[in-house]
Amino acid sequence: MAKDKKAGSPGFSRRDFFRGSAVGTLSTGLLSSTVVEGAQATGQLQILGPGPVPVTLQVNGKSHRLQLEPRVTLLDVLRNHLDLTGTKEVCDRGTCGACTVLLDGKPVYACSVLAVDAQGKKIETIESLGTPEKLHPIQAAFVENDALQCGFCTPGFVMASKALLDRNPNPSREEIEKGLGGNLCRCGTYAGIRAALLSVKGGANA
Amino acid sequence: MPEYKWPEANDRDLIGKKISRLDGPAKVTGTAKYTYDINRPGMLFTRTLYCPHAHARIVSLDTTEASRMPGVKAVRVIQGVGTEIKWALDEIVAIAATSEEAAEDAIRAVKVEYEVLPHFVNAEAGEKAPDAKPAQEAVTGDPDGAKAAAAVIAKGYYGIPTISHCCMEAHGHVCEWTDDQHLNAWCSTQSVSGVPSQFAEGIEVSAANVRAFCDYMGGGFGSKFSIDRWGVECARLAREAKAPVKWMLEREPELTIAGDRPSAYAEIEVGASQDGTITYWASKSWGSGGLSGSGSPPLPYVIQPPNRRHQHISVPTHVASARAWRAPNHPQACFLTMCALDDLAAALNMDPLDFFMKNCDLTPRAAVYREELQKGAELIEWKRKWHPRGQSGPGSVKRGLGLSLHTWGGLGHNSNCEVSIHPDGSVEARLGSQDLGTGTRTVIGIVLAETLGLPLDAVKVSIGDSSFPASGASGGSTTVGGVSASTRRAALNALEQLFAKVAPDLGVTPDQLEAEQGTIRVKGDPSKSMPWKQAASRIGVTPITVRGANPGPGKLTDQGVGGIQMAEVAVDVETGVVRIEKMVAVQDCGLIIDRKTAESQVYGGLIMGISYALTEEKIIDPITGRMLNANMEFYKLPGIGDIGELVVHMMTGPEHDKRGVIGLGEPPVISPGAAISNAVANAIGVRVPYLPLTPDRVLAALEKGGMS
Repeated sequence: MAKDKKAGSPGFSRRDFFRGSAVGTLSTGLLSSTVVEGAQATGQLQILGPGPVPVTLQVNGKSHRLQLEPRVTLLDVLRNHLDLTGTKEVCDRGTCGACTVLLDGKPVYACSVLAVDAQGKKIETIESLGTPEKLHPIQAAFVENDALQCGFCTPGFVMASKALLDRNPNPSREEIEKGLGGNLCRCGTYAGIRAALLSVKGGANA
Repeated sequence: MPEYKWPEANDRDLIGKKISRLDGPAKVTGTAKYTYDINRPGMLFTRTLYCPHAHARIVSLDTTEASRMPGVKAVRVIQGVGTEIKWALDEIVAIAATSEEAAEDAIRAVKVEYEVLPHFVNAEAGEKAPDAKPAQEAVTGDPDGAKAAAAVIAKGYYGIPTISHCCMEAHGHVCEWTDDQHLNAWCSTQSVSGVPSQFAEGIEVSAANVRAFCDYMGGGFGSKFSIDRWGVECARLAREAKAPVKWMLEREPELTIAGDRPSAYAEIEVGASQDGTITYWASKSWGSGGLSGSGSPPLPYVIQPPNRRHQHISVPTHVASARAWRAPNHPQACFLTMCALDDLAAALNMDPLDFFMKNCDLTPRAAVYREELQKGAELIEWKRKWHPRGQSGPGSVKRGLGLSLHTWGGLGHNSNCEVSIHPDGSVEARLGSQDLGTGTRTVIGIVLAETLGLPLDAVKVSIGDSSFPASGASGGSTTVGGVSASTRRAALNALEQLFAKVAPDLGVTPDQLEAEQGTIRVKGDPSKSMPWKQAASRIGVTPITVRGANPGPGKLTDQGVGGIQMAEVAVDVETGVVRIEKMVAVQDCGLIIDRKTAESQVYGGLIMGISYALTEEKIIDPITGRMLNANMEFYKLPGIGDIGELVVHMMTGPEHDKRGVIGLGEPPVISPGAAISNAVANAIGVRVPYLPLTPDRVLAALEKGGMS
């Protein structure tokens, strides 16, 4: 999707996200039977489930083979099966961005992607960035600018920031506000986040 | 005995500086483990059947099929047949199963029938509500005489709705029995030390056998003091299933039953003499925090006219009961008071800045408020930008300015701190406290390091464990004063023991020593010193372990702050959309321990205030009694692009430092609603009587005022 790569475009849209989650696999009752039958007739649709099916996920450069019901979300796999709990569960319906991960470099809400749909894609979570001892420049900027309080929304903001700066290394304040518009914070750390991104721009990949 | 006081300004290496929070790296990398993130071997997941009705009786309940579903390990009937349910989403049945999906399937298999009973949820009805409880009218001075004598009277009706806490980390627990008698509980709580006795009240377990953990927690704002019924039931499920159980609320119950700030509505009449001196106040207020009704907001707020009367009517509704929300009752009282007084200033044709300046004498802290108003006016360029109400010039986007005053207590709570200095020189402070995201952990570290003359990374801070010395719940802006005072006293006590060990080697008496720059040295003669590690090696084999408490000797904390906030808004009178252009907060809080996290509290208060001023409201459907917007699409929080420019100015200096440490969590969230509403009135020429200032309400006010 080349159009999304232009500087300053938001990292991801709700439309992309629905498109992403509807492609490929349907478990139960998501589409009408007519649509499902039609797709089956053309051989484009594979019916999975409702029982567990084999799923292979590439998470942070590591391959994981799992048995999962097709209804299991990418978020629940990360947290409940792989113990990658840096990705947070908050609204659980594609609004707050606390579960933001990168799918092939593009930010998505992991609560709204089925794990089976994430197969074959490069999944990057907050755990793929820095460690407390060796912070990624975006993470260091968040700490320096106190862009966090309770910290529960923070990994999502960091991942959304990573996606934004990967596309647009020098965003303006307006572009930052647009690029991070899909993430919500309750403690009120937006001023710090804005300052963090303005301080790190251009240096995110350093 | 050491002298228990804070170091003088020129002796501070860390206190008052801008220091990054100690747990920042753990939080930004996702390695910080919150309760929600605890995964125990063999852990089960919970789902709950919630009552869909606001008022009902359970007629029949059958969990037979549910208990036979795959993966189900324990079923708890929380409220059985015959129980009267008094609010929507009250818990009926909980099921623990091997996965979230299995638990969800099992809940769907529970068969339940209700007899639906009549409900009442319209808090705005006030005295017309079925169970309205009017309180005694409080009267000071001669309100009737003052009304008759007033040169100008303003009368208005104002309302602020119920809102939810909407913590990012939902309420919940992970419970694990290590044997029949011992419970480990990971809790998203504001009161680690208070958890064991709460479990002991709810289930058969001795509080001494309960250990609670809370290393990190994802926001509470007043809603997480109790372990709640789901805490007790989580422990019961774990006992029945003989396995660890995680119970975190889903978002719909989180917003509906785990968060509630009472609403407040009021008819207010105020009067002043021709020169703008407020002489008269009369108010009748009402509101609801659910089944428990609501307490009276402190009206009038901050400004106390000499002649006043107030009456409050508590309105119980079929809604889950209220929880303390950041500065309980103050945002409501502030909104009602400051809007009514701003309308009086408009009726007097006075600039509100001059009007509030003039009436500072009616506050308990006149000099502080005047200084703060002066500073705020400079920072927002009030005199250059202000125009009389409604005179915003041509064009559809109207700009306006508004201001508000607030107050809070903030005295340090009861706290115990244990400090150990080990023979290898390592240092640890242990407190049964918790860091809600305010920076508590960092504040403890700064006080400990400053007192021992060590760098911040040389000390270890251990909190979030109920086996540590008890420390108070984090609420009411009491934590920073409590933990900084107990830590300071404990560290001074530890140092006294260390000085006694080292003094002979340096050839002086212990009272001649000080801890500075990583050394123990002789006061006034830095050449006579010993590096910290070497000094610690004199301790022997057993560490120095001593305690400090708050309250205790020496004045280290105080209460009573004043703050002012100013807002500049742009309102599109064609669409009704309100935009925040700029907000200024000027705040005092005594001695600041960490300037960086202190300022973050104020930024956070402004943003949370913008949120309830512009978008937040629990919308309860009168027909079903259900919350209609119990999700984050429609329970709206502002995003990063909605906050405008924010300016925070902390009042600092010797006169503030000498008061000691005062809490800061509540004050900055009190004024935004009033300041923003007043700015909107200034911009568009009419009062929008309600918060949040949604476009439909702005347009309705314009229409009513004949402005559109």
